[in-house]
Amino acid sequence: MSSHSAVTDAELVQRCRAGDQDAWNELVERYSRYVYAIAVRGFRLSDEDAEDVFQDVFTRVYTRLDTLRDDSAFRPWIAQLTRRRCLDAISGGDRELPTEDVVVEEGSADMGEIEEAYAVREALAGLTDTCQDILDRFFAQDQSYRTIASELDIPSGTIASRIARCLGKLRDELEGRNPASGGSRE
Amino acid sequence: MPEQYTEERIAVLLRLLRPAPEGWVRAAQELPVARRTLDEIVARAEADVAFRAALIADLEQALQNAGYEPSERAFVELRRLYVDR
Repeated sequence: MSSHSAVTDAELVQRCRAGDQDAWNELVERYSRYVYAIAVRGFRLSDEDAEDVFQDVFTRVYTRLDTLRDDSAFRPWIAQLTRRRCLDAISGGDRELPTEDVVVEEGSADMGEIEEAYAVREALAGLTDTCQDILDRFFAQDQSYRTIASELDIPSGTIASRIARCLGKLRDELEGRNPASGGSRE
Repeated sequence: MPEQYTEERIAVLLRLLRPAPEGWVRAAQELPVARRTLDEIVARAEADVAFRAALIADLEQALQNAGYEPSERAFVELRRLYVDR
């Protein structure tokens, strides 16, 4: 389930440049939620505009991968491509807006929050596959206890306690990555 | 990073990165194949005057006759190149 395997972005980018289709599939899978969130949650684009932005961003990534100077800086690069493309969509495509013109609507997620969410997903990869799956299905896919139980073949009466246990593990994982917060458990 | 992650906060952040629609992801993953097909058609159109004329006259039919099945986005690009010029 995880989109964050042990392979680094830089390794994936290098393999993509060499024409490795599997690496491209993984890169798209890894960043699809991120690009989608920027378009839909950050800029509140309609589905139609968001789809155009989504496909355009990955087309630009694919065709301009050779221009990326620092392979480890893939995430800021794709974030910038996405933000610019969203701004074009907002302006009707008739002029290119500078990034400073971004007006985040009330209720939309800002980039800082999306970055934070990305860090949480990276931490999620440190949990067991079952924990990753349960948390993702419940929180990101809005699946019911019954659906999760049925699809993962586990008793539905245990789903709530599993979610709580996995959330606790995820919090521990996040605090392990952020030692400054280690002593601040609620 | 925030100083403290409560479980409520983690839940909010997990909800923020929802899966993109499957079709969008699949189309993006198929980009390399789509680009290769597009490049092949463009190269052939540059080398083959008759094929190019057929593309201009009836893009969809010419592609079908030549056995190409370009993606939707590749088709739009070809239309831009040969029909909407």
